[in-house]
Amino acid sequence: MTGPLLALIAKLLSGASVRWIDCQPDTCQRVYFANHTSHLDALVLWALLPYDVRVLTRPVAAKDYWEKGRVRRYLAGVFNALLIDRKEIKVHQSPVDLMLREIGDKYSLIVFPEGHRNIGNELDEFKSGLYYLCKKRPDLEAVPVHIDNLNRVLPRGEFLPVPLLSCITFGPPMWLEAGEPKAEFLTRARLAVQRLKEL
Amino acid sequence: MSYEARSWIFVTGVLVLLTAVTLIGQLLKRQPETGLNPAMIEAFNRRLRAWWLLLLLLAGAILLSPWVTVLLFFLLSFWALREFITLTPTRPGDHRALFWVFVLFTPLQYLLVGMQGWALQHKYDLYGFYSILIPVYGVLFIPARVAFSGDPKRFLERTAKIQAALIVCVYCLSFAPALLELDIQTPAAAPAAEVDSEATASPSSIKMPPPYEKWRNSLLLFYLVFMVQISDALQYAWGKLLGRRVIAPAISPNRTWEGFLGGVGSTALIGASLWWVTPFNQWQAALMSLVIGVMGFAGGMTMSAIKRDRGVKDYGTLVTGHGGVLDRIDSLCFAAPVFFHLTKLMFNH
Repeated sequence: MTGPLLALIAKLLSGASVRWIDCQPDTCQRVYFANHTSHLDALVLWALLPYDVRVLTRPVAAKDYWEKGRVRRYLAGVFNALLIDRKEIKVHQSPVDLMLREIGDKYSLIVFPEGHRNIGNELDEFKSGLYYLCKKRPDLEAVPVHIDNLNRVLPRGEFLPVPLLSCITFGPPMWLEAGEPKAEFLTRARLAVQRLKEL
Repeated sequence: MSYEARSWIFVTGVLVLLTAVTLIGQLLKRQPETGLNPAMIEAFNRRLRAWWLLLLLLAGAILLSPWVTVLLFFLLSFWALREFITLTPTRPGDHRALFWVFVLFTPLQYLLVGMQGWALQHKYDLYGFYSILIPVYGVLFIPARVAFSGDPKRFLERTAKIQAALIVCVYCLSFAPALLELDIQTPAAAPAAEVDSEATASPSSIKMPPPYEKWRNSLLLFYLVFMVQISDALQYAWGKLLGRRVIAPAISPNRTWEGFLGGVGSTALIGASLWWVTPFNQWQAALMSLVIGVMGFAGGMTMSAIKRDRGVKDYGTLVTGHGGVLDRIDSLCFAAPVFFHLTKLMFNH
């Protein structure tokens, strides 16, 4: 299966509509950060990017989920997922360093800074990975993304999706300000995603 | 005159009418000093585009094959069901039931409707199957499956929502394409002697429907869809012109008694004047159009009530970028099964 075919299937299945608010699709290096509601998040967000952006974008996904079983491993290969081991995080091999090494000066990333799937109304506190990514690579554009209703397409613990309609909203890019403290930046980023929900 | 000739006259007439109305819509858009609300004209033009799309798709599908028509209505149902369930809050415990609703019941209903023509040729009537698949098997399966998943919270409310979605979006709408294979027995169209001679002529006793029957049934489906659309438009127009007494302000501030009665009355008149495209006589055509108008109105009111409860204006804005299929077909969903049933009562015993 090719990437475009997988993207088409993901788009049809999730019935996803996409909105770009104060933001345009671009092939420059970016970190898309989104709320995490379903295992489909990474795949659908990746599928909704225009083709030339999509081929340069790698979703960061959980190794323990996407390496389980032949089908998942195969799909993760097709959408070029960057698999991160959540269980064994080594000091000399931190996920952030791994991500930065993998993207080089070419690829963009899709990350879910909540770190786990959250189906509540409010976003959880963001993990610090996003901050370190932006700190080590201040040229990366951090783009907030809000994912709506995808958790009903494939809820926690289910393996067969129901083809409802969902909506993905891309918001205006942001950067880490000079000297901005970690907690402040992470809160700002979280509110940026939260704001897209109300728009 | 053959039904084929009548089809072409009717379809041409509809296209001419649509073109004329579209031209008026475009003229109004280009002339800002008419004093009309531009938002209203825009809404009118948007609605017109949906009509063009629906009627052209339908005409094309009917010309190609009954299967294409069934497929078209399957896609409409599928999309409407997505919109309905997306709008309705469900809980994770409903997931498995919803999966079977989408993957089994919806395609199976249309498969049965689509196979009816083939089944009739083999002396088997699938009506007894597709008319109860969802009201019996589907409606009983849903609460049972939800119960098995073990979440009792607001149980009846949740199951009722899924049942309503399946009935309205899939079951009801499937009776529109089912019209294509309804065996209509009119004294004029099938004289007893002709049927006898045909039966003796073909000893295999497989009775192929004569081609004019196909045209007549296609025309009946086109008539139904057209009358539903006309009735929507007339109710809107009467409501704008004379509307004073709002029926239920909390449900829909635009639907008035004047719009309802004027719309239904004028729909009946137009429907009666088009009796020659149907198997009905003038009085029957007037009555059927009256029923279409009333059911269409009932469908619109019902969907408005659901939307008000969920706090959205239309299904299209619910998920930005989608057209709102359910907004366009709610009247048809309510009118189709009743139209089918009454036609069957009158012409198929």
